Amino acid sequence: MLIKKPDDIKSSEITDKKLYLTRRNFMRGVALAATTAATGLTYRRFAVPAPPPVKGEKIEGVQAAEQATSFPPPPGEARTSYEEITNYNNFYEFSTGKSEVAGKARGFVTRPWAVAVEGMVGKPRVFDLDDLLKLAPLEERVYRMRCVERWSMVIPWVGFPLAKLLSEVEPLGAAKYVAFQTLLDPKQMPNQRSDVLEWPYVEGLRLDEALHPLTILASGLYGETLPPQNGAPLRLVVPWKYGYKGIKSIVKITLTDKRPPTTWNIAAPGEYGFYSNVNPKVHHPRWSQAKERRIGEFGMRDTLPFNGYGEQVAQLYAGMDLRVNF
Amino acid sequence: MFAPDIKFTRFVLFANGLVPAALLAWDAYQRKLGANPIEFATRATGVLALVFLFVTLAVTPLRKLTGANWVVKLRRQVGLYAFFYACLHLLTYVWFDKFFGAREIVEDVWARPFITVGMASFLLLVPLAATSTSGMIKRLGGKRWAKLHKLTYVAAVGGVIHFYMGVKADTTIPLLFAVVLALLLGYRWVRSRMDATPKSETLGIQTPPR
Repeated sequence: MLIKKPDDIKSSEITDKKLYLTRRNFMRGVALAATTAATGLTYRRFAVPAPPPVKGEKIEGVQAAEQATSFPPPPGEARTSYEEITNYNNFYEFSTGKSEVAGKARGFVTRPWAVAVEGMVGKPRVFDLDDLLKLAPLEERVYRMRCVERWSMVIPWVGFPLAKLLSEVEPLGAAKYVAFQTLLDPKQMPNQRSDVLEWPYVEGLRLDEALHPLTILASGLYGETLPPQNGAPLRLVVPWKYGYKGIKSIVKITLTDKRPPTTWNIAAPGEYGFYSNVNPKVHHPRWSQAKERRIGEFGMRDTLPFNGYGEQVAQLYAGMDLRVNF
Repeated sequence: MFAPDIKFTRFVLFANGLVPAALLAWDAYQRKLGANPIEFATRATGVLALVFLFVTLAVTPLRKLTGANWVVKLRRQVGLYAFFYACLHLLTYVWFDKFFGAREIVEDVWARPFITVGMASFLLLVPLAATSTSGMIKRLGGKRWAKLHKLTYVAAVGGVIHFYMGVKADTTIPLLFAVVLALLLGYRWVRSRMDATPKSETLGIQTPPR
């Protein structure tokens, strides 16, 4: 059989084999580079690097806390770095991504700021924040912070005992609990438009827990004003309880005789109780609470009952079954 | 019909599958995984395992809808990447979370449904990866092999449930995965229904009266 060569292609126009192969290899290189770059960029879109932290203003006249109420970090319990404390935050009002909160909270307006203290008190009052911060000398309190997600930090807070504020308003004898409420402002806190939790965020303590000298209202960390992502301008710190008890950006404090509702307990009552004391022995349906990862460390540490503050606070719960009242 | 050089395409796919792992390792080396690198790596590898699993499930619809039959030749490789990332995901848990503490792992699998479902889904992938070679396909016979590999559906559903159970409150992303999976599996369901229906009915042809 004869195969006829087409006449319309001159032999001079036929691409040289070497050139053809070079071109083919070039195209292959382009295809490889383009697809891997696209895959890499897609990955990067979802794995967003944390923004650099914004420094707060220096707070003047911060005192060292008395020995009894601070926890002098023993060797091997170094303070968590400022960068980590301010770039890894659970603050669902801004974002449910812990490394995204800092960016979303930038520019959060904290002045003027009013805190209403009301309910079963002799002298209900709306405090201007700057007046409130003058009620007592600001102290540095270095506390462990244990999140229910099994990570922990050591944070040098600046604040003063909640008891000082409560004594100003003179709680009535019938008051048994203290309820707290976060600012509700979806314009500033965009994630309040979602329904991941019920807004505004609410928390509560028994009155004796609220009056305990370890319980503080914090307005700063590392000697500087609190950055928005850490709960500016005023937050609660209860170091023997899981982190979510430390309600942020507080606008209202109410004394009451009924146990107040608390946000995470409403969201998942089987997982988050009213007390939420750090307790390695209480079963959690998702994670064992027996161990924790200290941010900045590779291994896991054993979680201590009451987050290591048992000596100071265990007597508050004498006679209670802490597995039932978790 | 366009049919690319399958050998080269496989190489491109191989390189692309390694990109997320390489970037993850690079970021870890540069200490750019944030304050809790292990949590990040666990999350990332888990999501990647699901993504690759979904890609394997997208092969059949893609082939049938576009007629690009050659894509089926890439499926095994994508499936093995899903297994690869699932292994890394499990490793971050077994190693960096439990430090090979067998008792703690057993307790988790036993008492925490979130872990139970995740572990079961992983175990389902093991026989699939083990029978992925051409030799195993021959030994099992195409039909039995295909039947066994329907376990992919179960593993994918389990993986998404595990993802859903692992988040505290914001279920947006796991639900998004659930929707995609529903589309991928729903396509097969609709297709099998259509295939089961006699042709004459679907075409609206009626037997003429006698």
